[in-house]
Amino acid sequence: MRLILILRNVFRHKLRTLLTVVGLTVAVLAFGLLSTVVEAWYAGAEGASSARLVVRNSISLVFPLPLTYRQKIRQIDGVRAISTANWFGGIYKEPKNFFPQFAVDAASYLDLYPEYVLSEAERKAFLLDRKGAVVGSKLAATYGFRIGDTVTLKGTIFPGQWEFVIRGIYSGRDAKTDVSQMLFHWDYLNETLKARSPRRANTVGVYVVEVSDPARVAEISRAIDAEFRNSYAETLTETEKAFQLGFVSMTEAIVVAIRLVSYLVIFIILAVMANTMAMTVRERTAEYATLKALGFGPAFIMGLIYGEALAIAALGGALGIALTFPLAERFASAMGSLFPVFVVSAQTLWLQAACALAVGLVSALFPARSAARVRIVEGLRSVA
Amino acid sequence: MSAPAASPVVPPAGPLVALRDIVKTYRRGQQVVPVLSGISFDIAAGEFLALMGPSGSGKSTLLNLIAGIDRPDSGRLVVAGEDVGRLGEAELADWRARHIGFIFQFYNLMPVLSALENVELPLLLKDMGRRERRERAELALSMVGLADRMTHAPSELSGGQQQRVAIARALITDPTLIVADEPTGDLDRESADDVLRLMQRLNDEIGKTIVMVTHDSRAAGHAHAIMHLEKGVLSGREELRG
Ligand SMILES: Nc1ncnc2c1ncn2[C@@H]1O[C@H](COP(=O)(O)OP(=O)(O)O)[C@@H](O)[C@H]1O
Ligand SMILES: [Mg+2]
Repeated sequence: MRLILILRNVFRHKLRTLLTVVGLTVAVLAFGLLSTVVEAWYAGAEGASSARLVVRNSISLVFPLPLTYRQKIRQIDGVRAISTANWFGGIYKEPKNFFPQFAVDAASYLDLYPEYVLSEAERKAFLLDRKGAVVGSKLAATYGFRIGDTVTLKGTIFPGQWEFVIRGIYSGRDAKTDVSQMLFHWDYLNETLKARSPRRANTVGVYVVEVSDPARVAEISRAIDAEFRNSYAETLTETEKAFQLGFVSMTEAIVVAIRLVSYLVIFIILAVMANTMAMTVRERTAEYATLKALGFGPAFIMGLIYGEALAIAALGGALGIALTFPLAERFASAMGSLFPVFVVSAQTLWLQAACALAVGLVSALFPARSAARVRIVEGLRSVA
Repeated sequence: MSAPAASPVVPPAGPLVALRDIVKTYRRGQQVVPVLSGISFDIAAGEFLALMGPSGSGKSTLLNLIAGIDRPDSGRLVVAGEDVGRLGEAELADWRARHIGFIFQFYNLMPVLSALENVELPLLLKDMGRRERRERAELALSMVGLADRMTHAPSELSGGQQQRVAIARALITDPTLIVADEPTGDLDRESADDVLRLMQRLNDEIGKTIVMVTHDSRAAGHAHAIMHLEKGVLSGREELRG
């Protein structure tokens, strides 16, 4: 009976309830999408290993490091393995088709990144082909790359047309793995550079270092940087995670703004719904006074109002959460490979549910209190 | 402050309701408006009493005090042996649920509940199973002649029918006392007569004690006695039938 009262009250003003539910759905949906965008920004860093260090030129990422550093770094205590990567920055057909490409020391690089899962045959084929490349599964899906395809990139940092043959498609070990990259041979880049612009040859963008003990990363980083102090290319060594976050932090302000907006949206719908509930409760003052006269206590009356607000919040929240998945999917495909990882996380779902719950509870707070406090005689007077 | 509770319990043979020196004032800004100035009277069990008086004379205020939905500034109100003034807010609510049946001028039914559900509503406060609640509500609705209107919403009923639903709701808990504030005030003559005859039957056949506020002397004619209230003072009691 209590439930009947609550549910029938919910649908008493159908249009009002519908508008409130739609508002909540949109708010929860927007919140979910924005949270997912924020998480996607950080996803690269989340997938990063804290046992890997990135060594770069201390002046700026755009300045390379000498090839000779490789041996020196390799000899530092605590360094287990080393590889290299150069940011290529090529354009595939049109500038809007952005995806990361790295010229890497292939064999050692793949060893350093076990999360890039590649079949033994594909790995072998890649290593044997000087012009070979491997692409992540998401990238392959986005542009329809298949093994054996020839892909031509227009260089921006390294001018000219560059041809590659897809020799493998790697998948991610888990959802956090970046499967939107393209890796090819540093040798291919370097030999072409030797012919076209010899001054730029024999350099490395960054060294990637695996340490034997993750607990010692700070100490090893300092040791590496100390090794090259006062040399003509000083280094800055940080964990891969810190490196990625540094990348992300360029857009930190945007991320903060997005977060803020996502909570603002929830706050606005809270204000709207609180107003709706207050209006609803005011209209029913005589009913609450009647219930009190009949002997129902404040708890019963507050229960009716909380129940009604929570039912509306649950409806809007559930719809919003349910719609987040298809929307995120469409958003991700529209964004192409801009976000390497774009997954609606469990945390986002919980936050959405918590927001809907909070909106329900908070919007009922004051109306429920004032309804429970209605003085019977005055409440009854408000009839007709 | 009166003497410390000389006789807290009214003997069973005494009146059902006893009012002593009831005073009630309202404050309107600076101004203090006296509404009831020292009312004392008794209501015997089984009585059907009409309370008459001009508009603004304090009839509703007095009825609200008797029903325990308002409190006097001073004076004592004893109903069925209980000193109502001593009850706290929650106790008073329980007390109303047990002892008072309400009939309002505008019926005050829950618009989202059917006739049957409205009648059943007060039983939620009793320790009673669903089936029993339903059966009792059906019985009460048949008693007021609305067995064929159980699933109707209040908005689908005439004023007279709504008031009969309200009477069934007032009856269902078998209260000690039924209070009715202008129960026919919003009804046409025919429906009003129906409602009054029904109230009279409740009094005659099942012995319900009823206090009814009205300014309609035709309505008051159905009662045993009429109390006249004028400017917050009782001006007399008129017996109509033994
Ligand atoms: N809440 C209130 N605040 C101020 N004055 C009130 C209030 N309730 C009733 N009154 C005043 O008390 C007097 C008696 O009211 P009421 O008992 O409703 O009269 P009746 O029912 O006899 O018409 C009226 O003058 C009314 O204006
Ligand atoms: Mg009145």
